[in-house]
Amino acid sequence: MQIKPGLPWKELPLGGVIDVPGSSVEFHTGDWRSSRPVIDLNKCTGCMLCWLNCPDNAIKIKNGKVEIDYDHCKGCGLCASVCPVKAISMRREALEEEERHGSKHKP
Amino acid sequence: MNIKQLAEKIGNNSWFAPGHRLCAGCNAGIIAKFVLNFAQFKGYKVITVLATGCLEVATTIFPYTSWKTAYMHNAFENAAATASGIGAALKSLKKKGLLKEDYKIVVFGGDGGTYDIGLQSLSGALERKHEFVYICYDNEAYMNTGIQRSSATPMLASTTTTPSGKVSKGKQQPRKDLIAIAAAHDVYAAQTSVSHLQDFWKKLEKAFNDQPAVLNVLSPCTRGWYFPPDQGIKIAKLAVETNYWPLYEVDHGRWILNYEPKQRKPIIEWLKTQGRFKHLLQPTQENEKLIAQLQEMVDKRFEYIKKLARATSE
Amino acid sequence: MKHEKPLPATGALAAATAMKQAKPDVVAAYPITPQTPIIEAFSKFVANGDVNTELILVESEHSAMSACVGASATGARVMTATAANGLALMSEIVFIAASLRLPIVMNIASRALSGPINIHCDHSDVMLVRDSGWIQVFVENPQEVYDYNLIALKIAENMKIPAMVIQDGFITSHCLEPVRFLPQQVVDNFLGVYNPGNHSLLNPITFGPLDLYDYYFEHKRQQLQALEDSKQVIKQVLKEYNNLAGTNYNIFETYKLEDAELGVVVAGSTAGTLKHVVNVLRDKGVKAGLLKLGFFRPFFQEELKQALKHLKAIAILDRSASFGAFGSAFYNEIKSALYDLPGEKPKVLGYIYGLGGRDFLIQHGFEIFNELQKIATGAEPVFRVRCIGVREG
Repeated sequence: MQIKPGLPWKELPLGGVIDVPGSSVEFHTGDWRSSRPVIDLNKCTGCMLCWLNCPDNAIKIKNGKVEIDYDHCKGCGLCASVCPVKAISMRREALEEEERHGSKHKP
Repeated sequence: MNIKQLAEKIGNNSWFAPGHRLCAGCNAGIIAKFVLNFAQFKGYKVITVLATGCLEVATTIFPYTSWKTAYMHNAFENAAATASGIGAALKSLKKKGLLKEDYKIVVFGGDGGTYDIGLQSLSGALERKHEFVYICYDNEAYMNTGIQRSSATPMLASTTTTPSGKVSKGKQQPRKDLIAIAAAHDVYAAQTSVSHLQDFWKKLEKAFNDQPAVLNVLSPCTRGWYFPPDQGIKIAKLAVETNYWPLYEVDHGRWILNYEPKQRKPIIEWLKTQGRFKHLLQPTQENEKLIAQLQEMVDKRFEYIKKLARATSE
Repeated sequence: MKHEKPLPATGALAAATAMKQAKPDVVAAYPITPQTPIIEAFSKFVANGDVNTELILVESEHSAMSACVGASATGARVMTATAANGLALMSEIVFIAASLRLPIVMNIASRALSGPINIHCDHSDVMLVRDSGWIQVFVENPQEVYDYNLIALKIAENMKIPAMVIQDGFITSHCLEPVRFLPQQVVDNFLGVYNPGNHSLLNPITFGPLDLYDYYFEHKRQQLQALEDSKQVIKQVLKEYNNLAGTNYNIFETYKLEDAELGVVVAGSTAGTLKHVVNVLRDKGVKAGLLKLGFFRPFFQEELKQALKHLKAIAILDRSASFGAFGSAFYNEIKSALYDLPGEKPKVLGYIYGLGGRDFLIQHGFEIFNELQKIATGAEPVFRVRCIGVREG
């Protein structure tokens, strides 16, 4: 049962169980990030070490290479630290923001 | 372990879902995901049991769960006893023909829930030979409550209950030897590290085929050890390279050292990476003496494991 | 349905026999006086192949209840037994079992809590967990121990609420009386097989998540309702069992109460002593009666109120002490239930008796009715709650 916020007690599952496996995918932790990993797909060899070592399971596999799930990536940088060919660089979100908005605004 | 094969099989459907609230760079997340990936790769049906701790609270904040396996959290000190009950229930339901499938039970506990408050429960379950694979993610203190010392905290580490101060240099006692305690129950017990996933994989293979089994996995904690969140795996690796965290196993009384660095690095290199040892880094005579003592302990302990490995080799 | 020939059994053997006939999947237990003979007798049934239960002989009561919780969450039928300090040690998990809605049935051979350490009967152990969300039923003798194990299991599994069947340590657990057991087939038909539905780890669900201020209260509200709803189920199951076994059980037992003016309320084996006192007084023309509590959780306040409202004076007996409180649990709750009565209410006295296995004597019963008589005829009570059977100096 998908639990919508604010449900009354009668509509909750019995005994506090959660009956939607993996429901945390609905909870986005991406806004915790202060730096974001950026993958240089030209350098990426598809070794999958970053996929293996991401504690947030926020690295997805796409066509034999990897991409970041920014909805969940917390920006820890472990992926960049384990990448053997340095294909992942960490960029400050504030800089990204500036580039996107073309202003000096810092969140 | 072939990473590419693993990635191909698991793809983007890991049993450990994103959206949990472990700290950025938390190594417990890597460990949990890796163990589930292993089970998923092998095609096991799994029931996961957790002791109260960081991994438990951060992955199951109602109504969100990061687990796609069946999952049970009971309390802090009783994960192994809870697993005993689950195992017994599965056996009974099978006997009665009410259950067809085979399940594997995987237990996760932190060092607090394993070395300290859960030790009796774990010992009882190991002695009774209930089948489960017990994974201790060892971050060397009570991190969930805010970095208090546990019996897994290394000597001289500063925690919030053993802070370094004017007259104290952090925790005064050496850490407890969990593997030796587990091994005393005549089971498979092994130590591995989040930095050595190939070694971890091999030990999971053995553990799942020889239950009950206990794996103790070094899990650096960015908040508790005071290091930047991208450094965990490097620090875990350095723990192995300095012999602080030897990779070894005890297979029903037979001690096996799995890795010996060609040139072990001095312990100071490891201490330097973490804020919890910062108070030892000013170059005073006392600090030099303390670090020399730590170095001696590390070397002695490593020699001790080697001796046991020689003495118990076939 | 006719019973088989009565057989001599202690309360402990009666409990173990009911457990055997209920065929639990898992029993996890740890020895503690005076519960031990329950688990010894059950172990013997297992050793002889009389029952095919997975028996987990754990290293503490804490692990006993923990293993029960794991097993019950896997969808198994689960039973156990404990007493006193064992119940205190496992109490953390007793609450968790109820909150996870796991229908474990636990036999309690009630015993005084330490300290000082004592091995004999009082109800302080079960009072410790009276607000844990378990059904609690007090029984008087080995026959009731047997019957209420089966009744409690059916109620528990129906409602997904755990239940404890409380017999008096030593007095009932070690006392031999004739007990009529039901044929196995009858028990099988009555209990059926536990069906947890989706509420089991055989589904990919998460049991025991972290539940914060945004949902915890709603989950507790569910539990409050579940105990309230269990009242109807209890009545139904009692009726069903009475039809089946020829018993005459109710949520509580009334003894010569209907036309009584003076009444005592008591739970457990002491009811037997007080029934004798009531008989003697009736012979002397005193309108004495008795109410024996069965279910204390859920608390049948409306039914208790109706059963007691006509009395002039009531003595409520507690075999436990609530230190610093105004009387103990039975006194407090039953007296509160009477507060809503319109007009003149019965006068109420509270007695604390039998702590640490102190005998409750027939003379104590007369003493109590004597005091009730006085306040019933207009005397101001000289106390509201007092201890009886203690050396006051």
